[in-house]
Amino acid sequence: MTDVAVDISNVTKMYGSFTALKDVSLAIQDNEFFTLLGPSGCGKTTLLRTIAGFEDITKGAIRLYGDNIADLPPNKRPVNTVFQQYALFPHMNVTDNVKFGLLRLGQDEATASARVGEVLELVQLTQFADRLPSQLSGGQQQRVALARALAPNPKVLLLDEPLSALDLKLRQAVRLELQQIQHETGITFIFVTHDQEEALTMSDRIAVIADGRLQQVGSAREIYEAPSNKFVADFIGETNLIDVTVTDISNGNATCTLPSGATFTCPAADGAQKGAGHLSVRPERVAMTKPAKSLLQGKASRQIYLGTDMHVEVTLDDQEVVTVRVQNSETTHIPSIGETVGLNFEAGAARLLVD
Amino acid sequence: MAKKLDIRRFPGFLPVTYLCLFLLYAPLIIVMIYSFNDSNSITNWGGLSLRWYVDVFWGVESEKFKTAAMNSLLIAVAAAITSTSIATMAATAMLRAGKFRGKSIGFALINLPLMVPEIVTAVALLIFFSMIGFTTGYLTILLAHIVFCIPFAYLPIAARMQSIEEVYEQAALDLYASRLDAFRLILLPLMTPGIISGFLLAFIISLDDFIITNFVKGAGIETLPTAIFGAVKQGIKPNIMAISTLLLLVSVVFVTLSYLVGRMGQNKK
Amino acid sequence: MAGALTTSKASNNSTYAGLGNLLMLPSWLVIGFFLVLPVGMMLIYSFLTKEFRGGIIWEFSLAAYDQFFFDRGLFGDDPARIEWTYIKIFWRSIWQAGVATFFCLLIGFPTAWFIATRTGNSRSIWLFLITIPYWVNLLIRTISMKFLIRDTGPLNEFLISTGIISDPIHIINTNFAVQLGLFYSYLPFMVLPIYASVERYNFALSEAAADLYASRITTLRQIILPTVKPGIIAGCILVFVPSLGAFLAPDLLGGAKTFMIGSLIEEQFKGNAGNWPFGAAVSMILLSMVLIVLTYYARQQSKSGER
Repeated sequence: MTDVAVDISNVTKMYGSFTALKDVSLAIQDNEFFTLLGPSGCGKTTLLRTIAGFEDITKGAIRLYGDNIADLPPNKRPVNTVFQQYALFPHMNVTDNVKFGLLRLGQDEATASARVGEVLELVQLTQFADRLPSQLSGGQQQRVALARALAPNPKVLLLDEPLSALDLKLRQAVRLELQQIQHETGITFIFVTHDQEEALTMSDRIAVIADGRLQQVGSAREIYEAPSNKFVADFIGETNLIDVTVTDISNGNATCTLPSGATFTCPAADGAQKGAGHLSVRPERVAMTKPAKSLLQGKASRQIYLGTDMHVEVTLDDQEVVTVRVQNSETTHIPSIGETVGLNFEAGAARLLVD
Repeated sequence: MAKKLDIRRFPGFLPVTYLCLFLLYAPLIIVMIYSFNDSNSITNWGGLSLRWYVDVFWGVESEKFKTAAMNSLLIAVAAAITSTSIATMAATAMLRAGKFRGKSIGFALINLPLMVPEIVTAVALLIFFSMIGFTTGYLTILLAHIVFCIPFAYLPIAARMQSIEEVYEQAALDLYASRLDAFRLILLPLMTPGIISGFLLAFIISLDDFIITNFVKGAGIETLPTAIFGAVKQGIKPNIMAISTLLLLVSVVFVTLSYLVGRMGQNKK
Repeated sequence: MAGALTTSKASNNSTYAGLGNLLMLPSWLVIGFFLVLPVGMMLIYSFLTKEFRGGIIWEFSLAAYDQFFFDRGLFGDDPARIEWTYIKIFWRSIWQAGVATFFCLLIGFPTAWFIATRTGNSRSIWLFLITIPYWVNLLIRTISMKFLIRDTGPLNEFLISTGIISDPIHIINTNFAVQLGLFYSYLPFMVLPIYASVERYNFALSEAAADLYASRITTLRQIILPTVKPGIIAGCILVFVPSLGAFLAPDLLGGAKTFMIGSLIEEQFKGNAGNWPFGAAVSMILLSMVLIVLTYYARQQSKSGER
């Protein structure tokens, strides 16, 4: 059975005349690791803060397991937050930080202490119980923040870029740990990040947000392989956007004319229309061949060395640039600058986008 | 090798700084030295002695100065406690209550006592108290002191509150704390250094005031500054220098304390 | 207040949103009651008639302001001529305060600059040394100055004993003594705001100027001074305004010839003159002047803020 944990319907948030969130509707499932992904300033943190209760909403409703919580202050909402810089109370030790919420909920000292022990064990910080936050490393502070937010057993845990203050190696380790804790506790996680790699590796589902609007919701694979619009395709990973003219759309497939004049049929995103459009093709799905048997032709104009791979930029006759990713091995032929090459890709590798 | 040009340095600024310090401290140090003068005259040097300190505590005028000192102390403590509480609430309104009607005029109000010249405040209060038939006495002095101590207490308190991120209180609210709990358990403990600084500065300011006190004090009631002023009007006597030295040391101790508390708070962060 | 309470459901992201006016209430009560209201009453008083023996009569009168600006002869029936006595006292006060401000700037700017260009601990120690005298009782500092510059005081004794002079220099009770006293009273007020703006000054600007062939003096004139100007103006106001209404320095260090506004006011209430409406009127004139200066300052600040 799937239950909706957080139901966000038609939420709009204005700051004066600035629209931070525009008509966002989103259903987050129970026990889901859900990520809000987008560039900074896109509204993802605002959305998280409206769920936590730190921002009111201008229009719409937020339901938590069916109850409208949009008018409740943060201390009446059964959700907890892991803050970006953790916000651990500097004058309290680890135990008191974790115990804080439990005592405010009216638990007695003994019950609260027992729960603190449990949670500290979960995050493996039992031996640091008496330390002050300033005596802990960044990674440890991050886990205290997690423990503190988990202790009251919230219905939903909100995580506001909790890994951004950690260095790369630690970040990768904590990702796995977070995922594991989410599985163990069965609590719905709503995770905010601007880091696509983080989002792709951890989440059950991802919502991509830009300019205060929801762009696409789906699994990591759906978002990467079947982006619904130009923004998502461009923001997640790297892609080539090729100008095409769409002549026909039927049964989810589009027939279009490539810049070279060749006709090509490939899947189309929902809502794609006839006329001028963009085809998204990932650099690793483009192959270089002899010009004669290819979809597109151009001259190699630049080589970018990336270690295991190499990017070759090919300038088409209409001055468009297509990037091709090739493996760096002795057997691969890497065209020299100025060499004429042909480019090919499968129908399944390309997708017509909504502009 | 080319001579390195230090753009921060201007020749002559160091000597001026020394001159500045010299000008600020020389009169005070000379008075301190002369307070140990074993001579009835303030002009001649008669060797080192503590006789004027003995005179301050046990001499002919000692009762007068002790009473005045006690008045000053009690008023300063009461004024500092009251103005610190008021200033803490005001700072919370200014920095933690978002936008509200009357915010900018409220901010101007808090700083008003700094803008009105002291002598004008003194005159206005004297007129006000006599107009409403308020008997001048301890209470009038205390009320006046609370008013002009508020902005001084406000400065370090607001500065401290500004340096504390609001996210701590948000975290408390997120963890089911009421707003009162968030204030009591989170903001107030974190504010402590600022509040102590504010209290100490308000205390010193109250202890120092002469002009306003002189106007609003009742007949026969003296604080230390008004008592000293009255005595100096008859000419500077050696016991004045001993009292001055003592009061000077009190000020220095309090300011040093306030400074150290402020630094302690910063280091903790 | 009712409106404020209904918006308290996390109406904006401030913790105590909606409680602003409640938290401001004590400040309003205390400052409103014991400063704003009294100043208002002082304004009313300045338009009342004086009683012969120091009190007032509740009768509207412009006599206090008239006395300040016009001379109508001994019996009050001569044609009005400008009365220079009080205007001169004001002019002297402005002059004295101005001279004190000038010297504070002369000493204060290099000091502030020097301190702001120190680093770490050394900077905070310098700053601390400059602030201490400010917190020492103003009365005591003024007494110290009086003690130092008396005809038979340590300064004259020192100068005579070193043979620089043979007769004591007469400083006390002169304009110079008052200027010195004001300078000494408010010098830290000049240093602190200038220090604050030099501290924010981006020294890369000086480097850029030097790189573009500017000399030290050119850099100071064309780059540094315009940038730290707000601090300099703030310092000047912080020295000038309290100097204008100062009482202790002119009273203890000056004499009859150095009479300033503060003493003029004091005399109406505490001294022999006993003319409360006139004292209130003089206070109002002083307050208006100060408010004009402060408004000018606020304009300047908001202008530089807009940039």
